[in-house]
Amino acid sequence: MANQGPAYYSPYPAATYEGVITPPEGKALLLEDVVDEETAMREIAKQMLTKENATIFPGPQVLYAWSDEAKRKATLIKEMAEVLNANMIPMYDYRPKYPKIDAEIEINPNHPNLTIWENKIKAAIFIGVHCHYANVALKIVRAETDCYTIAMCALSGHEDAMATIRDQHASDLEKFIKIAKEVKSELGV
Amino acid sequence: MALDIYKINPEFRDIMPQEIIDLEEKATWSAKMDTPRGIKELPDTKELLEEHSLCAGCPEAAALRYVLSALPKPEDTIIVNSTGCTSLMFPHIALHTVHSLFGNQNAVASGIKRVLDWRFPDIEKDVVVLAGDGATVDIGLDYTLQSFFRQENITTICFDNEVYANTGGQESGATAKGQVFKMAPLGKKFEKVPMWELATTSGCHYSVNMTASAPKAVAKAVREAILVAREIGPTFLNIYTPCILEIGLSANEGLGEMKDQDKGRFASYKHVSPEAEEFLKKCKEEGRI
Repeated sequence: MANQGPAYYSPYPAATYEGVITPPEGKALLLEDVVDEETAMREIAKQMLTKENATIFPGPQVLYAWSDEAKRKATLIKEMAEVLNANMIPMYDYRPKYPKIDAEIEINPNHPNLTIWENKIKAAIFIGVHCHYANVALKIVRAETDCYTIAMCALSGHEDAMATIRDQHASDLEKFIKIAKEVKSELGV
Repeated sequence: MALDIYKINPEFRDIMPQEIIDLEEKATWSAKMDTPRGIKELPDTKELLEEHSLCAGCPEAAALRYVLSALPKPEDTIIVNSTGCTSLMFPHIALHTVHSLFGNQNAVASGIKRVLDWRFPDIEKDVVVLAGDGATVDIGLDYTLQSFFRQENITTICFDNEVYANTGGQESGATAKGQVFKMAPLGKKFEKVPMWELATTSGCHYSVNMTASAPKAVAKAVREAILVAREIGPTFLNIYTPCILEIGLSANEGLGEMKDQDKGRFASYKHVSPEAEEFLKKCKEEGRI
């Protein structure tokens, strides 16, 4: 039996039922606390650098070269993975895979827990996933796994993630990478 | 930008599954082709529908592959579908698809087409409705006909299996007279509604009744219907895709059933309005069909 998450047997596995909502502009969310963005970035870097099998799940908005911002973010996410010593598993689209996904190398928002169980992932960053599917995936992960989920969102964040930072554009990712390098050096990992 | 959403950023190419790389490199996107797309490329190119969850041997799955192979500009096409067996395949298509409420598909497609024309005035965007006979001829008949009356520039394709198949076998307007199903034990009391004729009298510029027994014929009709819809007005295709389970056939008997019906209830019918005929002639001269 897989380790389950904070919402496991709840009939309403959504953070909003516990009063958790997305952070206001300029702020971030760590579990249920609204904090400064830099504080959240430090905690996110620490979690990714210290938890087992930390993984980045890039979504369609960054996997494909559909805009200059997407191309820039792709380069930065690759650098981020190297700094965080993280694996990358793509969420390349949202189609349900028939008859089943290869959970070792891909993740699907309709059953993201399979990939997290298969690879024993204890911390994960979701980035470039469209809001509606990020909401679905994060709720499932929240209920079905003990993975520390991080949503790096270009819009207003996701309350179902354990940590969320909002309005993340290319320049913000550069800032995060700088902080992650500092945390990495402090931790000596 | 339409095709750019399939271009993989080089940083992620090494982690992408082969099927997604193939979609970028080996699918027959219109922007990359010198000649019109067609079923001739099916054997050695990447299909837009690779896997599906329909029954083994279902003619509908084959028909959808023919339809997808013949879309003039798949990267600029939006497919609207409705509840039914087809909706089990649509989530697997690598194109933009919109699932509407049951029967609403032509109303939804009308709105999408109008907004696309407003948002992208310089780009040809095709909207194709693909639904079963329950959604098109039965519960959704009003919406289907109203879109023809309004002369919406959309193509409507009905996968006619003459029954509500995935809810256990209830009769629809398209069911043949006397036909008995599990949930229609007394047999259909009236004749099959000739939707292709209704489409003609309701203002469609191109209306066809056929089976999916001949892939080339299906692909040709799809291509012509979409081009006419783009330039002239509404078009309609009624394609027989029998539910082999509901009529008691085996997985390998679908094609035989369609061939039989080529001379029966689905004997060839084709209406092309004078404007559409002239337009298609021009398309042929330009090598678009």
